[in-house]
Amino acid sequence: MANSRNDILRALRAAHVPPKPLPDLPTSGVQYPDVHAQFAKSLSDVGGRCIFAGDGDIEIALSKLPEYASAIRVLSLVPGAKKANVNMAAIIDPTELADVDVCVLPGQLGVAENGAVWVVEDGFPFRAGWYLAQHMVLVLRADTIVHNMHEAYERISVGARGFSTFISGPSKTADIEQSLVIGAQGPRSCTALVV
Amino acid sequence: MNEGTTEHPENAAAFVANDARLKWHDQSLWFVREKRDRASSVIPEWESLRALGADIKAHTLSRLADYLEEFEKKATALGAHVHFARDAEEHNRIVHGLLRERNVTRVVKSKSMLTEQCGLNHHLEAHGIEVIDTDLGERIVQLRHEPPSHIVMPAIHLKKEEIGDLFHDTMGSASGISDPKVLTEVARGQLRGNLLAAQAGITGVNFAIAETGGFVVCTNEGNADLGTAIPPLHIASMGIEKVIPRAKDLGVFLRLLARSATGQPVTAYSSHFHGPRPGGELHIVIVDHGRSEILGREHYRRTLQCIRCGACMNTCPVYRRSGGHSYGVTVPGPLGAVLAPHIDPKKHRSLPFASTLCGSCSDVCPVQIDLHQQLLLWRGDLGRAELIPLRKRAASQLAGWVLARTWAYEFLGRIARWILPKLPKALLRANDWGRQRELPPAPKESFREMYRRRRGQ
Ligand code: SF4
Repeated sequence: MANSRNDILRALRAAHVPPKPLPDLPTSGVQYPDVHAQFAKSLSDVGGRCIFAGDGDIEIALSKLPEYASAIRVLSLVPGAKKANVNMAAIIDPTELADVDVCVLPGQLGVAENGAVWVVEDGFPFRAGWYLAQHMVLVLRADTIVHNMHEAYERISVGARGFSTFISGPSKTADIEQSLVIGAQGPRSCTALVV
Repeated sequence: MNEGTTEHPENAAAFVANDARLKWHDQSLWFVREKRDRASSVIPEWESLRALGADIKAHTLSRLADYLEEFEKKATALGAHVHFARDAEEHNRIVHGLLRERNVTRVVKSKSMLTEQCGLNHHLEAHGIEVIDTDLGERIVQLRHEPPSHIVMPAIHLKKEEIGDLFHDTMGSASGISDPKVLTEVARGQLRGNLLAAQAGITGVNFAIAETGGFVVCTNEGNADLGTAIPPLHIASMGIEKVIPRAKDLGVFLRLLARSATGQPVTAYSSHFHGPRPGGELHIVIVDHGRSEILGREHYRRTLQCIRCGACMNTCPVYRRSGGHSYGVTVPGPLGAVLAPHIDPKKHRSLPFASTLCGSCSDVCPVQIDLHQQLLLWRGDLGRAELIPLRKRAASQLAGWVLARTWAYEFLGRIARWILPKLPKALLRANDWGRQRELPPAPKESFREMYRRRRGQ
């Protein structure tokens, strides 16, 4: 094993690839006249949904979502979701999250070019919650929405947590004759709630 | 199939014989190619982004050993275990060893062309371990006991009716279902069951970050995440070329990857793994399997820049009309045709000829790999190594002789214009290219003759 490591590294060095410079990165890319409108459009283009909670009351905004209104088991790590009834602290096995109807979780940042929301594993020991719940609501602040991925990587701290991800819309597949089907294995819907 | 070789034209024969399916396959892939065009054209800086992606990769390749060491160091510091494997066999042995030591018998896997290339599923199954591919397309081909026919859309060659029959036979769904929505729902129920029962999750790696020691996996179904969030053991397999220097470089590659692959602005899930999950274990297996040799070959090393988007396949007129299985290798299309001969030039000698050299693959490649040039280079190299079938070699030598002599070219042209309309069709059918084609009517005079006549007027 140690030998394989050294053999491989030796072979790579023996290839004598001439040095090439590491290019500088753009700190900016495509820009949009209305970054919030573009974020909402991008998200709806990929099968998601963006709602703006004008007055900042999360429960009022959430109750307009049909899947939240009819949910029986709701898990929330965002204050203000009154229906939340799943106690994170009582969960011992991630599989218990499989019958959560709606998961309301914080998002750190939104990206207008592709509707992605950056989320990090923080105070949430079971990352399965992002994927096992039937419906996903990500709550983010309007002033965190950036134009493109370069700006996003300027702002986020990759590697600060064991797990973090960009989520852009619901779980989907097009593996059967290229027909887009929403709700492959993970959440059947993904809503960004912008406050 | 010939003894010991994969002859592309022969393998493609059955696919090509079904005209309706050929047209449908061609159109399905062209539809994806058009989506890619739309998704890239909305980014004004698209072309400079491609150049940037190519430059970052070229730089990384020039210091690959350093970056791998840095990645190993950082990943280990985060609590991951890093293993190196020289080849497929060693990779499979490491993975099986990890599973055996933990008495794992049920594994879920998310799409990984590397493990496919290594034949990992067969290896584990031979040792009594159940492996479930969780990507829907991969699961479909797994249930059919066949390899993927495309690296991004593994079941692109199958009709929904065939998948309906397969699910009826293997999952007990009602017969006659062909609605993709209903079929996906059937698979969803099954796969979630498999995921909840899994004891270990195996994933591929799209990008490994030297700077942080983490890695990124991109999926649309979230299957890599589900497969690693539930079981306590996560094994990630990556080729040595997957490493990139900085976290910020992801901004470039994530923009390029999904747009080139499926025409999406980004995959639904782009997950960043840094160290094992709380209470869990993370093992990363870094695999060479012939890649260091390609790195040593100056003219071919650029193929290691590949980010496995599949765009070259979707645009290739030969791939679209012959299907992925005709290539007889895990990675088909233009990319597979330049990679496979490195492993076994004799066996895969026909693949670099499965191309029109139209250059479309190079035009769409998000990291600017000169694929059509590589295909041409291979033709020359295979010819010099005398690995091309005698008929093809003799024909191209003859053509070379004729093209170097104006008088011979003119003379033969005159004969051809006279004789071609009189030849029986069977003669045309004897050629691989001619089988599907009709000859146009032969012109009465050559361009040269026409030119002379008009000048003389
Ligand atoms: S060679 Fe280029 S176009 Fe083909 S899969 Fe790799 S990155 Fe994509």
